[in-house]
Amino acid sequence: MISIKVSKLTKRFKRFTAVNNISFSVNEGEIFAFLGPNGAGKTTTIKMLTTLLDPSSGTLSLNGADPVKEKNTVRKSFGIVFQDPSSDDELTAYENLEFHGILYKVPKKLLKHRIEELLKFVELWDRRDSMVKTFSGGMKRRLEIARGFLHHPKILFLDEPTIGLDPQTRSHIWEYVKKLNKEEKITVFFTTHYMEEAERVADKIAIIDHGKIIDIGTAKKLKKDTKTRNLEDAFIKLTGHAIRDEESTPAENMRMRIRARNR
Amino acid sequence: MGAIYIMWLRQLKRYFRSKSRLIGAFGQPLLFLLALGFGFGPVFKQAGQGDYISFLVPGIVAMTVLFTSLSSGIEIIWDRQFGFLKETLVAPVPRLKIMIGRTLGGATLAIFQAIIVLLLSLFVGFKVPDVHSFLIALMFMIFIALIFTALGTAIASRMQDFHGFQLIMNFLVMPLFFLSGAIFPLQGLPKILDIIVRLNPLSYGVDGVRGALSGVFHYGLALDLLVLASVAAVLLAIGSYLFSKVQI
Ligand SMILES: Nc1ncnc2c1ncn2[C@@H]1O[C@H](COP(=O)(O)OP(=O)(O)OP(=O)(O)O)[C@@H](O)[C@H]1O
Ligand SMILES: [Mg+2]
Repeated sequence: MISIKVSKLTKRFKRFTAVNNISFSVNEGEIFAFLGPNGAGKTTTIKMLTTLLDPSSGTLSLNGADPVKEKNTVRKSFGIVFQDPSSDDELTAYENLEFHGILYKVPKKLLKHRIEELLKFVELWDRRDSMVKTFSGGMKRRLEIARGFLHHPKILFLDEPTIGLDPQTRSHIWEYVKKLNKEEKITVFFTTHYMEEAERVADKIAIIDHGKIIDIGTAKKLKKDTKTRNLEDAFIKLTGHAIRDEESTPAENMRMRIRARNR
Repeated sequence: MGAIYIMWLRQLKRYFRSKSRLIGAFGQPLLFLLALGFGFGPVFKQAGQGDYISFLVPGIVAMTVLFTSLSSGIEIIWDRQFGFLKETLVAPVPRLKIMIGRTLGGATLAIFQAIIVLLLSLFVGFKVPDVHSFLIALMFMIFIALIFTALGTAIASRMQDFHGFQLIMNFLVMPLFFLSGAIFPLQGLPKILDIIVRLNPLSYGVDGVRGALSGVFHYGLALDLLVLASVAAVLLAIGSYLFSKVQI
């Protein structure tokens, strides 16, 4: 069964095209990595999938529902760890999780149990009654990850979840994600700039650059396509010079001319 | 229910934890009350208008509600800036509920502050006639609070950052306050000023609170209620609509 389906998705901000006519799908229970250089359009795509932003054109489907027309249904089916901070600084760590649990209607007993388990997991249990504003960057990050795991959604979006975390914590967190994925068949859609994480965790990988998907498939396929030996090299080859040169086709030239005219 | 309650509770927790907010909240109304009250008191008396403090207190109470509720509504901008807004916007809860929770939170705090200001004004000689008139005044305070929390929400839903904030404070809050009859009587105003005051919804709130506490309404209880209820309904509808359309 298909869990996420995106077709011909485009997002324009004024004249700038952040996401340019992309299509892909993610199967239920799959772990999908969305990789690309800074500004490639990863977060923008996630925002559209998670009802925070309406697309300029194209269609989306999340667990069978449309994020544009059936926002409330869609919101019931996913959880997300945002790339940017999103906790309330003036509440404690515990209160932030409690708040989330109530919004997501996690039954009271289960909520208490999970908050304790997750705060211990991210090693913040001792600091549960401290205001989030007193936390370090990494501690805030860990809290937000714990929050993302609090209710068990059908689809979990993780936008650079491990940014700014030490290697031990990172590997812990991926273990947890894999466990959730396996035990509860949760579909995972994540972005990262750590290629080895993607290679280790993802079933399927899409590489996006300048708002377009350049290649998609298993890590094996990407390496084969680029004749490289690891994902990092494949990534650089795809998003570095090779593809962009190749893309200076007549179509690209025309697009540039149109862009220049519109200015 | 859970979502509305938790949104409401969050506003209260944040408010009572911030000492500077608490001090600021009472400092301004008290300053206005004492400076204007004692400053203009003698002139007011000479003009045969009676005790200025008694006249002024309902105006300051309404002002307290106005300031607090509008700034609670506008707090959405802060939440957007600090990122927390996203957390509430993707939650599987209708945005209307989020908006209602926020509005009730803002209104609760505004009323709480106004009541404290009213209590403090008892020390400078103000008198609340009886429980009945207090309850009517309270009803008007609730209307003012709902109107301006909703207005704040509507404005903040359309603003991307802080830059417009100061502008709104200067060009919205101050005119609303000064042109509402909060600090001067409405009899015998110049024509233009009279029209402006009549167009300001806060005027009916001030009149309602003052009428309830002093027994003398300028526009009349019925008209005050009618105007406030209609404006509240319209602004709550607009606020919820704009909030439901917020994108990030
Ligand atoms: N609200 C906005 N208005 C205008 N441009 C925007 C807006 N949001 C994003 N963009 C632009 O869209 C492009 C894609 O941004 P996006 O955040 O999706 O990148 P990303 O792939 O997540 O990058 P990163 O790895 O740095 O997080 C960027 O060039 C960015 O400047
Ligand atoms: Mg991003």
